[in-house]
Amino acid sequence: MAVLTCRGLTKKFGSTVALDGVDITVEPGRVVGLLGPNGSGKTTLIKLANGLLTPGAGEILIDGKKPGVETKRMVSYLPERACLPDWMTAEGLMGFYSDFYADFDRDAAAGILSRLSIEGKQKIKHMSKGTREKVQLIMVMSRRAKLYLLDEPIGGVDPAARDLILDTIISNYNPEASVVISTHLIADVEKVLDDVIFISHGKIMLAAPADDVREQRGKSVDEVFREVFRC
Amino acid sequence: MEWRFDSGAAIYAQMVARIKEAIASGALAPGARLPAVRELALEAGVNPNTAQRALAELEREGLIYAVRTSGRFVTEDEGAIETVRRELADARAEGFITAMAALGYTGDGLEAFLKDYIRKKEE
Repeated sequence: MAVLTCRGLTKKFGSTVALDGVDITVEPGRVVGLLGPNGSGKTTLIKLANGLLTPGAGEILIDGKKPGVETKRMVSYLPERACLPDWMTAEGLMGFYSDFYADFDRDAAAGILSRLSIEGKQKIKHMSKGTREKVQLIMVMSRRAKLYLLDEPIGGVDPAARDLILDTIISNYNPEASVVISTHLIADVEKVLDDVIFISHGKIMLAAPADDVREQRGKSVDEVFREVFRC
Repeated sequence: MEWRFDSGAAIYAQMVARIKEAIASGALAPGARLPAVRELALEAGVNPNTAQRALAELEREGLIYAVRTSGRFVTEDEGAIETVRRELADARAEGFITAMAALGYTGDGLEAFLKDYIRKKEE
């Protein structure tokens, strides 16, 4: 069964149409790039998948179910903005995640934190912005989830951390689970993507395997993106 | 192996080409063990499905073979390796001849140029 399905998914905010009849299927074991310029509907789509917004029309299903308590068990979500309780330490945060999520792999999280020399005793509010983002990503990726929804995971971090994020996605790979990465920094993620979805003004412009796009057009996904979305 | 990818071609196809090159040049010796899918994916910084696809393609072409539980190995069939070496050499010769033709060197002229160039190099 598809991990994520959207059928005629539509969402309006007042007179602004954020998503307009979106049809998407994400199969298990795929790493999917949700690519589009600012304001194209990427975050709206991810929020709908998390049940943070409700569809205006159409439907969105996670493993065949409507977003709710059941699906939150399966979905590991990295929001656009870091939203960690900043009075906690990194260690405290691992306890917090273990309490909330049965699928949280504490050893895996502790391993990555120590590899990055992030002090477990350090409070989140004393961390730099980049470190905070890394900590949150580590928490999200250390769940053994069925669907990872990463909203702009590489926006605020340095190139070395970007490599770490991509390495984490690769080494975490599981044929049962899917990863959806929303970003406009395509060149950085291109190599790890199975499929690409181009979204613009709430409509899907292109949905295809990344290698097919490169082969058919003789260009990188990044170059195709720049063409499709030329300003 | 260091991995760099250019824009125009499928990533799995570029991985296949790189590994073929290593087999033809002997950098990957006959019978040598190849990294596992996940290792290869991490090394090249690509998605495991892509690494898997590259290995499957090499297997289909008979250049590597899988042994259950112990991994994938470079073929020991010298004939198959020779064929790849030949294919790569042909492709390179083709590129060279085209580029030289653009400069006006063709047929006997090209041959004379090459002989002369090699002789000078050897001196």
